[in-house]
Amino acid sequence: MLMTEREFLAAEIQNLVDKYGRQRTSLVPILQEVKRKYHKIDSYAMQVTADLLGIHPVEVNSVVSFYAFLGDRPQGRYVIRLCRTISCDMAGKARVMRQLENDLGIFFGQTTPDGKFTLEWANCIGMCDQGPALLVNERVFTRVTPESVHAILEECRRAFGQHATERKEVHLA
Amino acid sequence: MSQIPTFSHMPPDIGLQRALGRTPAEIVQEITASGLKGRGGAGFSTGTKWALAAEAPSDQKFILCNADEGEPGTFKDRVILQEHADLVFEGMTIAALAVGAKEGILFLRGEYTYLRAHLEAVLQQRRSRHLLGEDILGFQPGFDIRIFMGAGAYICGEETGLIECLEGFRGEPRNRPPYPVHQGFLDRPSVVNNVETLAWAACILQKGAAWFRKVGTEMSTGIKIFSISGDCERPGVFEFPMGITVKELLRNVGGENARAVQIGGASGQCIPASQFDRAIAFEDIPTGGSVIVFGPQRDMLDVIENFLGFFADESCGQCTPCRLGNRKLLEGVKMLKAGTCSMAYLNELCALGETMMIASKCGLGQSSPCAFLSVVRNFREELMGRAHPLVHA
Ligand code: SF4
Ligand code: FES
Repeated sequence: MLMTEREFLAAEIQNLVDKYGRQRTSLVPILQEVKRKYHKIDSYAMQVTADLLGIHPVEVNSVVSFYAFLGDRPQGRYVIRLCRTISCDMAGKARVMRQLENDLGIFFGQTTPDGKFTLEWANCIGMCDQGPALLVNERVFTRVTPESVHAILEECRRAFGQHATERKEVHLA
Repeated sequence: MSQIPTFSHMPPDIGLQRALGRTPAEIVQEITASGLKGRGGAGFSTGTKWALAAEAPSDQKFILCNADEGEPGTFKDRVILQEHADLVFEGMTIAALAVGAKEGILFLRGEYTYLRAHLEAVLQQRRSRHLLGEDILGFQPGFDIRIFMGAGAYICGEETGLIECLEGFRGEPRNRPPYPVHQGFLDRPSVVNNVETLAWAACILQKGAAWFRKVGTEMSTGIKIFSISGDCERPGVFEFPMGITVKELLRNVGGENARAVQIGGASGQCIPASQFDRAIAFEDIPTGGSVIVFGPQRDMLDVIENFLGFFADESCGQCTPCRLGNRKLLEGVKMLKAGTCSMAYLNELCALGETMMIASKCGLGQSSPCAFLSVVRNFREELMGRAHPLVHA
């Protein structure tokens, strides 16, 4: 690795600030991209963002902690958000939840030790007529059954090879 | 997916062409005459909102489309954005002509990120057809729309919470007044409209106010798009005229044997079977379009437990009645379920609910106790004296 991870992150955030502009209205889009790429927004990233936008780091932290899709906790490559709201609840979300926990060996709110999967709750994702529904990163799955959980996880696992290459390219660049 | 006949029979862009031939005042006049009310649920007159923004003196104004559909049981905006994005963007453009705005922002909820590529493509097409951009069919100074992604917060569906998020802050609702039409995004006059409202505005410009008024009731004109889920045979997106009774609606979706129906999402009202003759309209049961059907087998305490968990999670935390009140009510429901709640305490909880409705700053805290209170009122005999479980969870 030619660049340390920190320098790389700082350069990345600088690019985002150039892209969105050095103003407060750019804060959420910048944080969203950091999160998408690094699967976390740590205190260093918040510090750099704050410096570049000319605001106090506490301000950045308060925004990061407010939104469900941001947050400073590291997340897995695949974030699975199962809807827990009423229609999905009535459609049987509890069994899907249990199967996800069983298949991944973690509870909701946790990330697998290999950093691949995170289980999170979502509050109504707009698929109430086809519940139980869940999001895997940006993709939506509906009418999920305990049996189909396995296929969804397998599909994610198959994609990891591809991600590994992508990551290598990033480091070579 | 169910049909949306009125929308699908409505070719896009005719409304915009008609709007271009008129003065801003005439556009506002047409919308006002149609009686269109905000389809997000609050029911404020769209014409009045546009008129206020049009009058507000400023060289910079914004049209904000609220696509942060997060109310439990609501998914109509997702379908409209998927199938009729042109109508929504057309509605935003017409609003821009009416109030004199050059910039529009579609605030899309993070959960709908998968819709973004499609919406960007539609925007790009509209630019290439000169329906957006520097000049719109020769009309200066033009208008353009960008997409802003929400970051997962129900409260950003509240219009000032949405503006706070756009500005890079926590999505905490502001004190009102000032209203966004006077001081909104970047303190400039801003129109915040729901996805469905904007699509209807485009249809109204095309067909005229009288066409819109033909359906619905005197106070609630037009057709409404409903998201229907829960215990019924045909859940999905439906179009019904305003003023339809709960009973008729249930017959259409195969939910006749329901014991209760939640109208307006978690923050709406829970209607027991004895009141199914009531009308869904702003003058009786107002709604943003969410209808959740509860079959005979449902325990209403499970239902409000779910709702209150949602509100406890999504309260922005600014005001104490809402931040703590929702947690207290949730605890109360758990006590009821465990059979450990005294009648005196239940009465106190109801009083707390009433207080929250008066003392909270925004719609979330003002409406979150509604479901709790209506279940206590309507299903009282089921609530008390449940068996104690051997082990308390
Ligand atoms: S009522 Fe609740 S959500 Fe609304 S401002 Fe107060 S704390 Fe925030
Ligand atoms: S209740 Fe699960 S998507 Fe709406």
